[in-house]
Amino acid sequence: MDHDELLRIADAERAKAKPNEIRCCTSSGCRASGSADVLKQLKASVAANGLNDTLTAVGVGCPGLCSAGPVVMSHPDGGMFGKVTAEQAKGIVAALSGGATDAQRIDPNQPFFRKQFRVVRATAGQIDPERIESYIAVGGYEGLYQALQKRPDEIVTDVTASGLRGRGGAGYPTGLKWATVEKMPPGQKYVICNGDEGDPGAFMDRSVMEDAPHQVLEGMAIAAYAVGANQGFIYVRAEYPLAIERLQAAITQATKAGLLGANIFQTPFEFKVEIRIGAGAFVCGEETALIASVQGLRGTPRPRPPYPAESGLWDRPTLINNVETFATIPAISRNGAAWFAAIGTDRSKGTKIFSLTGKVKNAGLVEVPMGTTLRAVVEELGGGTADGKAVKAVQTGGPSGGCIPASLLDTPIDYESLGKIGSIMGSGGMIVMDDTDRMPEVARFFMEFCADESCGKCVPCRVGTVQLHGLLTKLVERKATRHDLDTLVELCQLVRDTSLCGLGQSAPNPVLSTIRYFAAEYEALLQPEEFARPPRASVIPLSVV
Amino acid sequence: MPATLPADKRLKILDAAIRKQQNRPDALIAVLHKAQELFGFLDTPVLWHVARALRLPPSRVYGTATFYHLFSLKPRGEHSCVVCMGTACFVKGAQKLVDAVGDLGGITAGQTTPDGKVSLLVARCLGACGIAPAVVLDGTTVGTITPDQLTARVKEWTHGS
Ligand SMILES: Cc1cc2nc3c(=O)[nH]c(=O)nc-3n(C[C@H](O)[C@H](O)[C@H](O)COP(=O)(O)O)c2cc1C
Ligand code: SF4
Ligand code: FES
Ligand code: FES
Repeated sequence: MDHDELLRIADAERAKAKPNEIRCCTSSGCRASGSADVLKQLKASVAANGLNDTLTAVGVGCPGLCSAGPVVMSHPDGGMFGKVTAEQAKGIVAALSGGATDAQRIDPNQPFFRKQFRVVRATAGQIDPERIESYIAVGGYEGLYQALQKRPDEIVTDVTASGLRGRGGAGYPTGLKWATVEKMPPGQKYVICNGDEGDPGAFMDRSVMEDAPHQVLEGMAIAAYAVGANQGFIYVRAEYPLAIERLQAAITQATKAGLLGANIFQTPFEFKVEIRIGAGAFVCGEETALIASVQGLRGTPRPRPPYPAESGLWDRPTLINNVETFATIPAISRNGAAWFAAIGTDRSKGTKIFSLTGKVKNAGLVEVPMGTTLRAVVEELGGGTADGKAVKAVQTGGPSGGCIPASLLDTPIDYESLGKIGSIMGSGGMIVMDDTDRMPEVARFFMEFCADESCGKCVPCRVGTVQLHGLLTKLVERKATRHDLDTLVELCQLVRDTSLCGLGQSAPNPVLSTIRYFAAEYEALLQPEEFARPPRASVIPLSVV
Repeated sequence: MPATLPADKRLKILDAAIRKQQNRPDALIAVLHKAQELFGFLDTPVLWHVARALRLPPSRVYGTATFYHLFSLKPRGEHSCVVCMGTACFVKGAQKLVDAVGDLGGITAGQTTPDGKVSLLVARCLGACGIAPAVVLDGTTVGTITPDQLTARVKEWTHGS
């Protein structure tokens, strides 16, 4: 494949397009509500009405408003329908030529869509994720071509200048990581895409893998060229079968087209990608655990340094980035570092995808520039709570994050601001809670998760999370005294400071943040000290474990 | 030495899958996935077979199989009901779904009904949080489900066949 051929494929695909298109979301959310049948009926109706010359019905990626699924859109007039049933398909096709439809319309100009700024999800809802031509027609693989015209170190410089920070949670500067791997002596190096997404309530990585598998591959290929790797792995959790299927298809198509494999774009650059499937362990999202898992071992973290950038997969230098991080790269390559750096805030550049769920009216995926306030996301885009109740808190960052009270909703979303108020950006889960949600119960929920998911390698996390869960249970069941609450806080600090990996280090975050902002709820559960007789250590002191 | 496996068709498929991975030890997780898909669960003879084929100590195979939540060393029921207990589903009332199915079958999460019909399992986020609460019924994801709707579906299994 050379550049002319890429452009020819794009031209041919565009020439083939019919004046009108009916697009039906075929991502996991809508599939679960029956979108496969809807698409089948749409196709049948188009054929039955003899419209094949002017209209096509296609399956596309998630347009974002998953709570209204199955979602169907008509192009180019911008019509949008929600909760579509297979029976309504006929009416929707008829409506295009002035007929009547009883399908529920969605306003495409509502803030949920209007206020987004899409970089990573730019083509979701518009292209068919299962066809490489569909991706090439909207500029796909152009970023890879352009990257290959440069020297690897120039690309690393670009990524550094773009200000992109890792989207997997910690927000580590991507350029710096790439530079470390690039500077390692030549030899076998690897690129790994972290598609484990164990964070409950977060599904943006799933959606990127399902809706734009080629974009992830393109980003990985650019990274591999920049750091000098020739082999990549995508680690995907087994709970995401559609993402695995589409990535696999994308790898096959790209390899056949000569965009993966040897002599990519007729350069000496060679890059192969394999998928590795997880087996249900949250800790495998941690990079050293993930590497162990790719090698077929138990996914337990190891101390860093050495960092994977120096010694990772099979002890070779390994670049490991999140799905969304890789999927941002093609746009940076095409549009330039300065373009990307102009979006967002001073220290948090670009856009971020959030999965907005819980007690929110519009649940789904939103991509907004960094620096957008939580209030804008929850109240304007999300439309507030579904039943008009007051928003009580927003949980961000999953089990490593915290609960942000409604009074702080004007906080801008960026790595530092969220950190300052005791939460984190994390991978982008945003769960809205109302006043029926009890914060100590939410804290206990997360602690149960962490205790369950602890790999057991180190004592503070293995034993500490279980003890913390016990204390929270005692509290929720109204059996705890002030002494227990004090122990809870103390133990939180201990677990945070002495655990080996991020799981244990951050497990206390939801507890500490809810105690910080919703202290009254904890207080209200406490029992007078005399109820606790006979005095009994409520936790086993760690010194005896 | 545990009993060897009967030479049935499933074993042939498993062996072919192992050969496709060139008997590489780092393919262990993929091989265990395949074995579980074929046999439904991973019992001792299967684990020993995998260990021999990949030239790994049985302790490593066993250690890996028990580490990951998706591998089961016990047989599962004829039907499975997996309730998502991720955060989004939790705030949307997933516990009520678990309780409803549990009460119906007289079991708790992780158990199978005594007649072997239904296994009730919980998952940590299926990635369908936009339509929470979500469950997976015999492999098919269903969103925004109520306890009544769910028990009706489970009753179809117990009475239907
Ligand atoms: C317990 C734990 C779980 C993690 N899970 C994920 C995950 O599911 N996906 C992810 O991309 N990063 C996850 N991370 C972060 C990774 O270790 C790593 O920092 C990240 O993949 C690097 O990519 P980035 O720089 O592009 O963010 C997790 C970290 C910890 C400590
Ligand atoms: S902190 Fe927890 S998950 Fe991390 S290594 Fe220790 S025991 Fe394992
Ligand atoms: S999955 Fe269809 S709109 Fe999100
Ligand atoms: S929390 Fe249940 S599907 Fe994500």
